[in-house]
Amino acid sequence: MTNRLDPPAGTARGPMLKRLAGHRLLWPSLVLIALLLGNLAFTHDFFAVRIRDGHLYGSLIDILQYGAPLTLVALGMTMVIATRGIDLSVGSTVAIAGALACEHIATSSDPDGAGTVLTAVAVALGVAVVLGLCNGLLVARLGVQPIVATLILMVAGRGVAQLITDGQIITVTSDKYHMIGGGHWLTFPFAVLLAAALVALTALVTRRSALGLLIESVGGNPAAGRLAGIRAAGLLTLVYVFSALCAAVAGLMISSNVNAADGNNAGLWIELDAILAVVIGGTALTGGRFSLGGTVLGAMIIQTLSTTVYTLGVPPETTLVFKAFVVIAVCLVQSPAFRARMPRRRKTGHPRSDTTAGAAGRQQEARA
Amino acid sequence: MTTPSTPADPAGTAPAGAAAGAGADQGAGRGTGAGPDTGTRQPVLEATGIRKQFPGVLALDQVALRLYPGEVHALMGENGAGKSTLIKVLTGVHPADDGTLLVDGAPRSFADPLQAQQAGISTVYQEVNLCPNISVAENILIGREPRRFGLVHWSALKRRAAELLTELDLDLDVSTPLGSHSLAVQQLVAIVRAVDLSAKVLVLDEPTSSLDREEVAQLFTLVRRLRDRGVAILFVTHFLDQVFELCDRVTILRNGRLEGEYPIGELTPVTLVQRMIGGELATLDELSEKAQEEAAERVAGEPFLTARELGRAGSVEPYDLDVHAGEVIGLAGLLGSGRTEAARLLFGADTADSGRVTVEGRTVSLRTPRHAIARKIAFCSENRKAEGIFGELTIRENIILALQAARGWTRPLSRTKQDALTRRWIEALDIRPADPEAQLRNLSGGNQQKVLLARWLLTEPRLLILDEPTRGIDVGAKAEIQKLVARLAADGTAVLFISAELEEVLRLSHRVAVLRDHRMVATLVNDDGVTPDRILATIATGADS
Repeated sequence: MTNRLDPPAGTARGPMLKRLAGHRLLWPSLVLIALLLGNLAFTHDFFAVRIRDGHLYGSLIDILQYGAPLTLVALGMTMVIATRGIDLSVGSTVAIAGALACEHIATSSDPDGAGTVLTAVAVALGVAVVLGLCNGLLVARLGVQPIVATLILMVAGRGVAQLITDGQIITVTSDKYHMIGGGHWLTFPFAVLLAAALVALTALVTRRSALGLLIESVGGNPAAGRLAGIRAAGLLTLVYVFSALCAAVAGLMISSNVNAADGNNAGLWIELDAILAVVIGGTALTGGRFSLGGTVLGAMIIQTLSTTVYTLGVPPETTLVFKAFVVIAVCLVQSPAFRARMPRRRKTGHPRSDTTAGAAGRQQEARA
Repeated sequence: MTTPSTPADPAGTAPAGAAAGAGADQGAGRGTGAGPDTGTRQPVLEATGIRKQFPGVLALDQVALRLYPGEVHALMGENGAGKSTLIKVLTGVHPADDGTLLVDGAPRSFADPLQAQQAGISTVYQEVNLCPNISVAENILIGREPRRFGLVHWSALKRRAAELLTELDLDLDVSTPLGSHSLAVQQLVAIVRAVDLSAKVLVLDEPTSSLDREEVAQLFTLVRRLRDRGVAILFVTHFLDQVFELCDRVTILRNGRLEGEYPIGELTPVTLVQRMIGGELATLDELSEKAQEEAAERVAGEPFLTARELGRAGSVEPYDLDVHAGEVIGLAGLLGSGRTEAARLLFGADTADSGRVTVEGRTVSLRTPRHAIARKIAFCSENRKAEGIFGELTIRENIILALQAARGWTRPLSRTKQDALTRRWIEALDIRPADPEAQLRNLSGGNQQKVLLARWLLTEPRLLILDEPTRGIDVGAKAEIQKLVARLAADGTAVLFISAELEEVLRLSHRVAVLRDHRMVATLVNDDGVTPDRILATIATGADS
């Protein structure tokens, strides 16, 4: 018991700092800032944002724009993970949504008509709802483990996407469709505005209604939730449908940005990036408390990392290894257990703290 | 050795290896008035000035504890007094913020439970932390399997495990899976494992709370045998009679501080409780008299709920029960007699496969808890941790949850309303800490139980089913909960009260339903003729004599 704890951070620096130090978003924020500053060291105009033709341009804007689809997929994933589930099928849903929309536009007589694009979006979202219902049915009604239930659609869905595109890459020429993932509105990339709006809407609905609380309860302790009268099946179905919808919007963004649908590669492994984003953001895989802000930060960290890889000119064959090392570092920095170890390690080299505490203890003993 | 040692010799039964005589500073400043002898006996474990701060709570402040070889030492205190925290500090689960720990006179600090084990301190928790699906032998020796050519030497492993059990006079087939044995046997196996790990100090945290009488006796035999071998045993329990039966000395904590250290001979049950709660014992006798007087009139009107031939195969045989408004019905029976199972059917926690239920004269279906909640029935499970609390959520969120779930997610309670309700119930039930935003997992067992009660009282139930609401909680909180039950009944709520303590059931209930072997064998009106003995006889013979 000679281990003295470090003085709580911020006791001397006022309650504001202390609150900040204890905040759950502190570490993801610091990691993101560190990554951005790291980029600044290599690319001096990294923070520069210019306006060209009434549109914002710059590395930061790129990160926001290319990170938008991942943010959306991670948004849906957060809700699923909060219920103690996981959704592996989002990558396939991304591919299916893009394929359906592009196929509809490519075969239409008026590819740039507002009606055509709206129908294409509606078809993609409608099918996503059905896919989400399939997942929800398997998990909530049939009691299949989420990882198994969504694995089915992860594998089968990729095949469906390839069927829709006939194994080809479907290209479309539709300015209105391109707007979703590549266009600008009010000087901002439209995809960023869309993702921000959906995040804000989700935050509003989950925190202003009791949805967030009930989801956290079901994820935190399903047995207690049942006895408290929470209807878990409905909530579970809802989160899987929501996750599929988010993935479908991401799929539209990705295909619209490149004006093409690729059943093989669109959204490939995005489910893993999304899960990583959620975890980095501080939502535990064991369910319960979730943090939408954390997820957004997590997605931005991953996207910044991808951008860094390109701007640093890391050779393509070492890209994944580089990414892996950074992710490991990020996860370690975030782990309270790891952080708790670091000072303790150093301390064992300081016998002084031991003896002072020991002396204090002996004094007390003597008094007793 | 069945009687406590004399006050002057706190560890009088110590083996010859240890020097005789009590520690020099035995009673100084602690008001114990122990013998004046200044022997040189050294405690195997001595903690002084222990301090532990949790966010918002000073859990331990200047706490001391001394364990001598060959003694059984009770650690007593109300819920939230700091018993669990102290154990966790001693066994390396939490680091202390301040204080010293001496093991065999040498200062030590443990970074994790493994280091504590290596230093000779091991713990057996209330819930058995072993693997039920592997054999008894493997559970005893897991992590220390005898090996040959780098592979597990299975026959040596079984032989060694069997030897350990025989040494302690336990007769078990070591190759059977642990899960096939009763909870009591699993607990004994956990102790054998702990003792083989390290034979100096054994911490038993509420080992008897889910055992029946015979199993407790079996456990005590083992504990005494270990004590006679020179092991120091720290025994944490809520059962006062067990303390007087088994222990040599007692350390009492109150509100995170050391109240004192006493030889058991200096205490009576009453003084022990007084020192634990720091005041006069609340009298509950008035409760029982009133309960008996009113028994007859409560049963007179139309029942709120009737169950006819309600049963579930393999869990409880069909039973009949009428529950009247304002009536407390006790369910008595041994552990595993079907008490809990009978109650769960009334809440839809388990689905009945026979019989029917009427509420206020109308036949209802109670297939899920939601159905029951809609009929104004509430249920506090005996399994607080697994089926009650949401540890990660706050007190406020835990309290409003059942009401919110009944309203659905689209009709949230406003934050103002939530805060008002939470404040009201924190005050009414004296929940501590009185901070609505404290995480529930940081509360003591008794306070968690109060939060669960608040959750259900918020739904204004007509029938409240309480399954072991006072198990594992301290005397003070227990009395408060019993009073609450009496008050609720007086206000017209029907209460189904399940408890393993017959005295408690009889004190509160207007009628007592007795279960035996998954069958409801009798329903007794609680008049003067009903005594614990008569209920025990009913349980034993299966019929009311």
